Amino acid sequence: MDNVKNTLLEPVVSNNPIALQILGICSALAVTSSLKVSFVMCVALTVVCAFSNLFVSLIRHSIPGSIRIIVQMIIIASLVIVVDQVLKAVAYEISKQLSVFVGLIITNCIVMGRAEAFAMKNPPLPSFLDGIGNGLGYSVILLIVAFVRELFGSGTLWGYEIFAATTNGGWYVPNGMMLMPPSAFFLIGLLIWALRSWKKTQVEKPDFKITENSQASEVA
Amino acid sequence: MASESVHKTLGVALVLCIVCAVIVSSAAVILRPAQEENKLLDLKTNILASAGLLQSGKGVEEQFEQITTRIVDLETGRFTDEVDPLTYDQRKASRDPKMSVALKPDDDLAKIKRKAKFATVYLVETDQGIDKIILPIKGYGLWSTLYGFLALESDLQTVAGIGFYEHAETPGLGGEIDNPTWKKTWIGKQAYNSGEMAISVVKGKVDLTRPESDYQIDGLAGATLTTRGVNNLVQFWLGNEGFQPLINFLKSGESYNG
Repeated sequence: MDNVKNTLLEPVVSNNPIALQILGICSALAVTSSLKVSFVMCVALTVVCAFSNLFVSLIRHSIPGSIRIIVQMIIIASLVIVVDQVLKAVAYEISKQLSVFVGLIITNCIVMGRAEAFAMKNPPLPSFLDGIGNGLGYSVILLIVAFVRELFGSGTLWGYEIFAATTNGGWYVPNGMMLMPPSAFFLIGLLIWALRSWKKTQVEKPDFKITENSQASEVA
Repeated sequence: MASESVHKTLGVALVLCIVCAVIVSSAAVILRPAQEENKLLDLKTNILASAGLLQSGKGVEEQFEQITTRIVDLETGRFTDEVDPLTYDQRKASRDPKMSVALKPDDDLAKIKRKAKFATVYLVETDQGIDKIILPIKGYGLWSTLYGFLALESDLQTVAGIGFYEHAETPGLGGEIDNPTWKKTWIGKQAYNSGEMAISVVKGKVDLTRPESDYQIDGLAGATLTTRGVNNLVQFWLGNEGFQPLINFLKSGESYNG
């Protein structure tokens, strides 16, 4: 039981796919300008990640090593297309907003990374949980970033007005930069900083150390 | 390793491809009716919304019954029966060399390169004639082609509303073309001044004290290029390459059923 909890929760804080493994940054920059869209993206990614892990793990013994990446890609791509089709049929409005980003889950490094790093070596159930866990880890970061970006960029949360923006006759001047993808870069950077100040073990060892300045007397 | 023989590799690849292909294609086929329905409903909602006719609480299908779909020959500016209004797809036609014409760069204000020969317009008719006419518009903004509708009142020059149903402009900047407050500023503006196309979207705020303010719409702050795109596409579609021939024909008072 403890193991299940670990597989599920470890990726959320201590081994976060975005904050520690620095994977899946591209979509984290692209979709986080509104909370609602980010949420759907998170659900879609978690579903795809969990099931691709499950299927890859189920057939892991029959996957020939030479084509394993392609095999993973095919499974992921099929799942993404199915998710996209379902969204178009069930939640048309939201699928319109997500437009191309659902398709881009295929290229999300988290899905691929977990399939290759975890599902290829572990039984189906833990793999499935690992997929969900990593999906959650991704979701946590995405939702935090989206919260900040939507609040300060448009003055709304989940589409509801929090600060009355000047474009609608209010007082709040929306921060245009928050709506541009680079702002997510800064926010994710700050999050990583905060996380690493809290969990010191995540701080990477420096690749090299600058030697101290030589003293004038040594040079002489 | 047993998994490494050439036969096995090919076998696994083949089986996997077939299984995945079956899953993907069956998902697409099974879900298609629901998707098409959504798409059509969305289009109808957008048509109604752009003319300010959409009421919440009533079925979209029911509300759409007041609207007549007609096909216009953009060359002559007359209604035509050459294609079936219910099945004609203007977007597909604009990519089909047989159904569209290439635009000269000088005429191509909206940067759409090709224009379909026929356009689908939507009419709200009363006993006195046309009450509202809803025209499809499209053109290039900053990142994407904007698709939308522009509605005119019964005098065929007062704007009754505008709406874009598909675009990928920057949310919060160019994406503000979806802002209801901004869309409202279009209502009541004049598209033509004594027969000449006069409407424009200006940079910044319109000076309301000047006489030409009736023909001008505020630009979007922080979205100069999207604003320019909207200006160009509205001028294109209301101009001679677009619907002006039809509008002049309708204004001349002849029976529009002809």
